Amino acid sequence: MFAPGTRVRVRDDWPETRGPVHLRTPHYLRGRTGTVERHLGDFPNPEDLAFRRPAPRLPLYHVRFDQSPIWPEGAPGDEVLVELFGPWLEAA
Amino acid sequence: MSGILETDSERLFAALRTVLAAKNIASADEIAERIAVTDAGSPAQGARMVARAWVDPAYRAQMLADGTRAAEALGIPMRGAPPLGVLENAEGLHHLVVCTLCSCYPRAVLGYPPFWFKSAAYRARAVRDPRGLLAEFGTELPPGTRIRVVDSTADYRWMVLPLRPPGTEGWPEDRLAALVHEGDMIGITLVHV
Repeated sequence: MFAPGTRVRVRDDWPETRGPVHLRTPHYLRGRTGTVERHLGDFPNPEDLAFRRPAPRLPLYHVRFDQSPIWPEGAPGDEVLVELFGPWLEAA
Repeated sequence: MSGILETDSERLFAALRTVLAAKNIASADEIAERIAVTDAGSPAQGARMVARAWVDPAYRAQMLADGTRAAEALGIPMRGAPPLGVLENAEGLHHLVVCTLCSCYPRAVLGYPPFWFKSAAYRARAVRDPRGLLAEFGTELPPGTRIRVVDSTADYRWMVLPLRPPGTEGWPEDRLAALVHEGDMIGITLVHV
């Protein structure tokens, strides 16, 4: 579990290059570092649900990222707030 | 019997409804009830929540802590709906909601999304160039306002609690609610008197 305020990195992983998948981790965040805002609860893994596989409940986090290193159009101070599942995150 | 006034989607729906009933997955009545609940969702529901939050600090706190319970407290049916999260705009902080992956939208409290919410252009630009997008909608944020783009990627549905506009002191709830439009609760527009 990641506590609020923890710096985390989104795994720089591209499962879509290895076969059919259903992903909820936007491509623009892979490899990016953000800050955990809070734990939103535990939900069945959509990557399994999409294929009718048994879906373990995973912790879902709200994670905040600075806009500017991700998109050149971002103004200083602008942020992106995204729901991400625990297995996609590693301590930064 | 199929006539020219019956669309392919209606025939598909009828076939699906028959199969769901035959397999005891969902009865026709249950499906009709869900359709009625979905059709009852409208921006007027979200606007009622916003107006209540503006006049009732305890309700506002409940809404920010648990949007689903706050909606239910106003009689909005939330059974079967994904959890509702509410994000509060403040002086210096503005939220803009998008679903870059698909079209997640808090239908229980805002109804069907506006056509542009599901467009590829909105989904790409909201996250990449929110300031340019807001400008095209004619939305001018006060100088120094930070933007927090909320990409709705998983199990929650998000709505924005907009700032109460000046000049509305002492207004009753229903008059306040009439000021609030769907775009204000997505964050693409601001509430104006």
